[in-house]
Amino acid sequence: MTESREAEKIPVTVLTGYLGAGKTTLLNRILSEPHGKRYAVVVNEFGEIGIDNELVIGADEEVFEMNNGCICCTVRGDLIRIIEGLMKRKGRFDAIIVETTGLADPAPVAQTFFVDEDVQKAARLDAVVTVADAKWLAARLRDAPEAKNQIAFADVIIINKTDLVTPGELREVEARIRAINPYASLHRANKCDVKLADVLERRAFDLDRILDIEPDFLVAEDHDHDHDHDHGHSHSHHGLKHYHDEDMQSVAVVLDGDVDPAKFMPWISRVTQEQGPNILRCKGIVAMKGDPKRFVFQGVHMMLDGDSQREWKPDERRESKVVFIGRNLEEEDIRKGFLACAA
Amino acid sequence: MTEAPQATTLAQHVRPLEAGAEVVAAAFVGGAPALALADGAVLIGEPDEQKRVFAHPDAAILTAISDGKTLLTGGDDGRVAAIGGDAVAHTIADEKGRWIDALALRGGSYAWSAGKQVSARDENGTVRTWSAPTTARGLAFQPKGYRLAVTHYNGVSLWFPKVEGPPQTLEWKGAHLDATFSPDGRFLVSSMQENALHGWRLADSRNMRMTGYPGKTRSMSWSHDGAWLATSGAEAAIVWPFKDKDGPMGKAPRECGVREARVTKVAFHPRALVAAIGYADGLLLLCRLADAAEILVRSPGGGPVSALGWDAAGARLIFGLESGEAGFLNLPG
Repeated sequence: MTESREAEKIPVTVLTGYLGAGKTTLLNRILSEPHGKRYAVVVNEFGEIGIDNELVIGADEEVFEMNNGCICCTVRGDLIRIIEGLMKRKGRFDAIIVETTGLADPAPVAQTFFVDEDVQKAARLDAVVTVADAKWLAARLRDAPEAKNQIAFADVIIINKTDLVTPGELREVEARIRAINPYASLHRANKCDVKLADVLERRAFDLDRILDIEPDFLVAEDHDHDHDHDHGHSHSHHGLKHYHDEDMQSVAVVLDGDVDPAKFMPWISRVTQEQGPNILRCKGIVAMKGDPKRFVFQGVHMMLDGDSQREWKPDERRESKVVFIGRNLEEEDIRKGFLACAA
Repeated sequence: MTEAPQATTLAQHVRPLEAGAEVVAAAFVGGAPALALADGAVLIGEPDEQKRVFAHPDAAILTAISDGKTLLTGGDDGRVAAIGGDAVAHTIADEKGRWIDALALRGGSYAWSAGKQVSARDENGTVRTWSAPTTARGLAFQPKGYRLAVTHYNGVSLWFPKVEGPPQTLEWKGAHLDATFSPDGRFLVSSMQENALHGWRLADSRNMRMTGYPGKTRSMSWSHDGAWLATSGAEAAIVWPFKDKDGPMGKAPRECGVREARVTKVAFHPRALVAAIGYADGLLLLCRLADAAEILVRSPGGGPVSALGWDAAGARLIFGLESGEAGFLNLPG
């Protein structure tokens, strides 16, 4: 997905979030801001909620299994058809926003961009944005696996309705989120009042943009617009509670130095085949022995996309890092397996 | 005697047409060349006297087909329009606020689908509807009788619009896209999301798998004698033999026009075993099935060939590209 025409492809932002978290609020916020961009919006429950936009397409959220030997490979059949149809209106819109239902699993949407060649040619997945309800998320993480999936899968998480909780409760919910997904960028909001730049044009699935994969401990307080956070100072670090989620975790392994491609390639392939149904997202930056360039990859369940990226800088430490987010991951197996790939 | 290989070309006989928008379908309608365009217009008439008919104002034509008498267009405005050689558009249906995803047309009967809802209109104008189990992706009228094939997820349903009761469903796992019947009505073939074709022999519902495509097949065309089915989706037109009672079972397909570019559109000549083959790089050629001899019609450039249509006699070919370029070939003598 890193050919030169990448820039011409229509970016697709996926909005997820449990019922009532504020997806439609965010959608209307995006559409009403004076950004000069034209959006095609794919919504469910068509006609139920007022969305003031020229191009609104109702979708049926048809999740199809693919007969390609990949047991967790599902795609959104309706999305393939809609993107094909939207290409007939090429030039009349700049980006696509897909709003999923509150109970939707984001994986089939993302996998559609890995699997379907025509979709890949026309569009690129920009980011999965999850809206979470500050008051109710903790409870949903206990009783709704869908809500947990949406948090685990996200590139961007908006904690909405922060005015309804105390600072202590807010820290609590942030810690719960971090226990599942420490890598997404997290934003606090009331009525989804986030900066659009934090939600759109994230290029979260663009291999060229995977520069580092560090946990994002900084929480940008977007409702405080006078206060510009450059990500250099760490203010909300202290007092962050640490939780361990019982079934959804992230596993990060760092290897100091190079890996042997003859060991690494079969290993990553085996891990994603064997644990793929449990792996929601994975990413890595790897120093391949003898290769002056960084190898980067990312994946969804059993699907992987990888490429050589820029060269390692002279002052840059050649180290290799992989990150997995998933359910009941076999952490020791992943850790030992990756470390055994050392060159 | 040996012949020196020479580049055979008909490119000098091609008359360029400026369509101005992606060409969704190309056909001869009542003898007049016609192009259905993504910007909602239909360009119809002989070169120099073309009319632009705004069949779907402020909307896009998503799909269009023709039987030589009528051009049927389906738009993202929910409308189905029929245009004849007189260049007048008639609204056939208006499914407000929805997209028309698929169309079928035969002898004055029309069919269209919007999401799961499939509608069929007979010669007398009576419309009946049926709800498919999932979104209907492709429609095709059976050559005889008033019966419609509807593709969907995990199979194809055969619906008699005039008969109460559930349609017969031919099941096959996966998402089925376009559908076509062999001209003799013995076989039904669907293209699939999984880069394959699936066929059924209708007499006994026997399954036929046609695999090996690197991409999706979105264009299928039967030879005039019904013995061959040409298909897109590979770096050649893949042509399956259907003459025998078992169809293509156990037989290898022919490959026509092998190149290093994906075939996007195929159209068999209406009277000869020659196929027009359009590619993703804009090249268009004619290929004779018997010996794979090729004649160039259009050199590469401009993007994928998106539409092809022959006139009834096979003397003229009209084509269009995604880029909005188009052309008209008058076969010499």
